[in-house]
Amino acid sequence: MRAPRWPVWLLLVLALVGEMLPLPAAIQPLRPAWTTMVVIYWALMWPGRFGVFSAFVAGLLVDVAHGSLLGQHALSLSLVAYLVLRLHLQMRVFPLWQLTLSVFALMFLEAFVLLWIDGATGRAEFGPARWGPVLAAGLLWPVLMAAMDRLRERLERRDSSFA
Amino acid sequence: MALSSADSEGRAYRNASPSLRFFLAGVASLALMFLDHRGTYLEGIRAYLGAAMYPLQVAINSPVAGGRWMRENLALRERLITENAALRSAALADSAELQRLAALRAENARYRALLDSKARVPDRVVVGEILAVDMDPLRHRVVLNKGGRDGAYEGQALIDADGVVGQVTRDQADSSEAILITDPDHAVPVEVVRNGLRTIAMGTGDLERLSLPFLTRNADIKAGDLLVTSGLGGAFPAGYPVGTVVTVDGSSGDAFLEVAAKPAASLDRLHEVLLVFQQRGGAAGPASPAPPATTPAVAPARSPSRIPAASAATPSTEPATGPAGPLPGEPAPVVTPPVVEPAPNEETAPVSPPTESAVPEVPAPPDAASAAPATDDAVPAGPVREPGAPE
Repeated sequence: MRAPRWPVWLLLVLALVGEMLPLPAAIQPLRPAWTTMVVIYWALMWPGRFGVFSAFVAGLLVDVAHGSLLGQHALSLSLVAYLVLRLHLQMRVFPLWQLTLSVFALMFLEAFVLLWIDGATGRAEFGPARWGPVLAAGLLWPVLMAAMDRLRERLERRDSSFA
Repeated sequence: MALSSADSEGRAYRNASPSLRFFLAGVASLALMFLDHRGTYLEGIRAYLGAAMYPLQVAINSPVAGGRWMRENLALRERLITENAALRSAALADSAELQRLAALRAENARYRALLDSKARVPDRVVVGEILAVDMDPLRHRVVLNKGGRDGAYEGQALIDADGVVGQVTRDQADSSEAILITDPDHAVPVEVVRNGLRTIAMGTGDLERLSLPFLTRNADIKAGDLLVTSGLGGAFPAGYPVGTVVTVDGSSGDAFLEVAAKPAASLDRLHEVLLVFQQRGGAAGPASPAPPATTPAVAPARSPSRIPAASAATPSTEPATGPAGPLPGEPAPVVTPPVVEPAPNEETAPVSPPTESAVPEVPAPPDAASAAPATDDAVPAGPVREPGAPE
């Protein structure tokens, strides 16, 4: 039986809401890159259910939500998902601090891909709004990871089709 | 962090595919980016995705809207009374000002008649609400709750009570995306009120700052100068305040001055904006001045929504060429600014009487929707690309 995927998409929609939630201008640059975090988590934990194409679709939705170039986040999130899918067996056995560091690395890579695309289309911009989400997401990763682990384990325990 | 068996098995038989999938996804996203950057091929897809996103945006906006509703409905009577008094006195002051304006307007109309120039038509506006939804932090974009169905079109100018706010970049049926004048990708053609000096105000990415990079060292500009839209480029109607010059710095040794201006509109506290319909022979295109009254028979045949830019290209030759007129396939000549003040044209602009004012009138929204229906094939005006502005 095919494992249900609705938790994957539910969390992605919540991440999109997180991306669009109005924040005071002062802390706006520190809005964590929710979608990237969720994509990393699902690719790491449920790789059979969350593939590169799912990340691609999530990226398209982020592009529409941000009003950025269509395909920009689709590319960066596909890349992140691909890397995690390739490395997920190694990454799963990392201790938390090491995993957090690798998440940092992935987020930086994603930010660079976005920066390159912005540069290629003449919109390169540095500043806190570029790196703030990376920093915030990296710092929040252990918390998100713990919360989502609980959710995932509860689902898997309650319903064997999730496991 | 237990390994789940199903996923490992799933990985086992899909082991080869992630690379291929990534390759396909990469190619697809590169193609999408290319198409999106180079043209308007993807507007349809974007509109669909945007429409799919709209319920989510409304849901995000709803706590803010609910809070506002609560504040309005559960306000203390006392506060309402003071607010009412303040508004009353403001209205009194405004109407006194308007009386003076009426005399000026009549006077101006007489002068214009003497000069044999066309009368100006007031711009019609519709109130739009900005959803409390954050977009890309690197850009200044907002989501409005008015879209193509309400008559909003691409390139439409947005103003608030104090000045120019931005323009619509994408219309998605029930909502639309707009760019603020402070977005680094945006440029407004402006003129200095004091001396009519024309230049371009570019966004900087800072909500409190515009930059005027194209003024030479000998340009007559100083701090405190008021900048208004010049109407060149056709996207913005002329005469709306854009900002005030804050600093003029000629110390860089460069050929150009470094001039910074502060936007007149309060861009950081935007809630409601006005969508301006320019009276240019119809509400569909930002660049289609009404043809002179000598060609009334031609006008209905060429609906401004079908060939909006072509009619702007050759406003002066129109009477001569007649129905054969400009080719519909002509590329939109963004560089030819339709500076002509539009003539009052009964067929295409039935809304306002020809009076002399830039004061917007606010009609009821249903009226607005009926007067500006043709926006499906919106004009690809986009953010202002002025002749002088760098691409």
